[in-house]
Amino acid sequence: MIYLAAEHFVRAPQWTWYILGYFFFAGLTGGSYALATLLRLVGDARDEAAARAGFYASFVSLLFCPLLLTIDLGASWSKFWHMLIDITPGDQGLNFKYWSPMSVGVWALLVFGAFAAVSAFEAFVLDRRDRSVAGDPSRPIGGVLGGAFNIVGGVLALFIASYTGVLLSVSNQPIWSDTWMLGGLFLASGLSGSAALIALLTRYRVDAVFSLGRLHEADGYFSILELVLLVAFFITIGAAGTVGLTLPYLPLWLLALVGIGASLVAARGHMRIRPTGGESAVVARARTDTLVVSILVLLGVLSLRAAVIFSAQ
Amino acid sequence: MATKIEPGKSYGFFTDTSICIGCKACEVACKEWNQLEGNEPKFLADSYDNTGQLDAQNWRHVKFIDDVPAQTVDAGNGKAWLMMSDVCKHCKHASCMDVCPTGAIIRTEFDTVFIQQDVCNGCRNCVAACPYSVIAMNPKTGTAHKCTLCYDRLQGGLEPACAKACPTQSIQFGLLGDLHTAADNRLASLHSQGITQAQLYGRDDAVYGGLNAFFLLMDKPETYGLPNADNAKLPTRNNVGGYLAALVTGVLGVIAGIVAFRRRGTS
Repeated sequence: MIYLAAEHFVRAPQWTWYILGYFFFAGLTGGSYALATLLRLVGDARDEAAARAGFYASFVSLLFCPLLLTIDLGASWSKFWHMLIDITPGDQGLNFKYWSPMSVGVWALLVFGAFAAVSAFEAFVLDRRDRSVAGDPSRPIGGVLGGAFNIVGGVLALFIASYTGVLLSVSNQPIWSDTWMLGGLFLASGLSGSAALIALLTRYRVDAVFSLGRLHEADGYFSILELVLLVAFFITIGAAGTVGLTLPYLPLWLLALVGIGASLVAARGHMRIRPTGGESAVVARARTDTLVVSILVLLGVLSLRAAVIFSAQ
Repeated sequence: MATKIEPGKSYGFFTDTSICIGCKACEVACKEWNQLEGNEPKFLADSYDNTGQLDAQNWRHVKFIDDVPAQTVDAGNGKAWLMMSDVCKHCKHASCMDVCPTGAIIRTEFDTVFIQQDVCNGCRNCVAACPYSVIAMNPKTGTAHKCTLCYDRLQGGLEPACAKACPTQSIQFGLLGDLHTAADNRLASLHSQGITQAQLYGRDDAVYGGLNAFFLLMDKPETYGLPNADNAKLPTRNNVGGYLAALVTGVLGVIAGIVAFRRRGTS
């Protein structure tokens, strides 16, 4: 069903800057964890360094999430825990409503937080061991258990990166509720931004440079996905008759497109390079390009969310 | 005759807009009983309405809808102001309750929808969901506010303040079944007088399963800023589609990652 609703008489919820920040970091924390898991589980042994950078990026991005969500509650900030526990007299207990993306999202964020923290800590321990003289190559959480841990965390990560879009759709706001594409769009954009972020971090981690080309290649695929979903998004809101509301935010959409374009250009270039891990002149130049591309992609990720959030309000 | 108010029964409002005179006694009574401070006075330069909208300080709002045609019409064929005392609809299938993550929004023993102020944490999900633009935030309390259908008065056996104050009985309070009967009779009476545009809104279950605060309108719902039956949708309708699109994207994203990161014998 493409046509969802054309008439809206709703009030805007004033989800503005803090929520924009949360959506941005939720995309990065989820995307970074998912990519780190993929790098570790399906990548080359030399991708491990980039995987660890991904786990660090995921954990640091995660720290902003509860902070921004709590600040956004304003005068009721001290009641943030009511999301998790119902204090209604006669109905006390844990609060979990599977039909409310906000409720599911809060629980997912809590559980994912544990995975992100453990994985980042494990990466820290592994990095410390690598630096020690008698480096122990074994992972603290190794083998099947370690893989399963990362996979469960990865699934939660994909949810965190996407549910914010579903949350917007599960409303009666114009644009947001006129499409089903937002969850997928935010996920594709989050994965793209995370690939760009991890690629950016390889500038500060010589042992991770092997993964640079692969990250840009992945970023290219995610950007194609994002572009397809963006087209589908505009078709659906066009069918609902609400596309006019988002036209004032054209500059933000263009910035998002610049980010997608930068990803695609970088992917095309890096897929030719196939770095072998050395600090060759080609790779060095590629790392300089990465700085520009990554910043553009991350700006695009932010702009996309800003355009979606502000268009309905 | 005063309605006997007992827990376990369904109560509501029947607002007959055909006899609303726009006196705003309901707005005043509501503010007085519920101790609403009101917003800063503002001249909106739009009809006789300076309240503007339902919000955290206005739980009743008399809408003045300019339905006067721009062109001169024949004598006796003119439309005029449509006046309507708007309020929370206390929907059977309430969008706000649907999305509230904290359990702050409950259905009371009088079958009305109520926001528990001590539970609400100001996430504003209900604001985004309410299709009638009823719920609004009070920045001082950091919580969402709307008409309580005078929950405290009902508990004391008193009818809501707005209905009590309405001088024309445009706002009628009572048992839902009694109100339905009254509305049906009034509609039949108007139709018999040739006023065929009169229609009931929220009387049946076509809109959000039925509204405990329903209306007799003198024009189509959209004219009053109310979604018609085709557009009255619950927010949760988008759960399956939204998650499905995210799931497909997730699967494609993982495949893309595997293609990009797979071992290629480059060691």
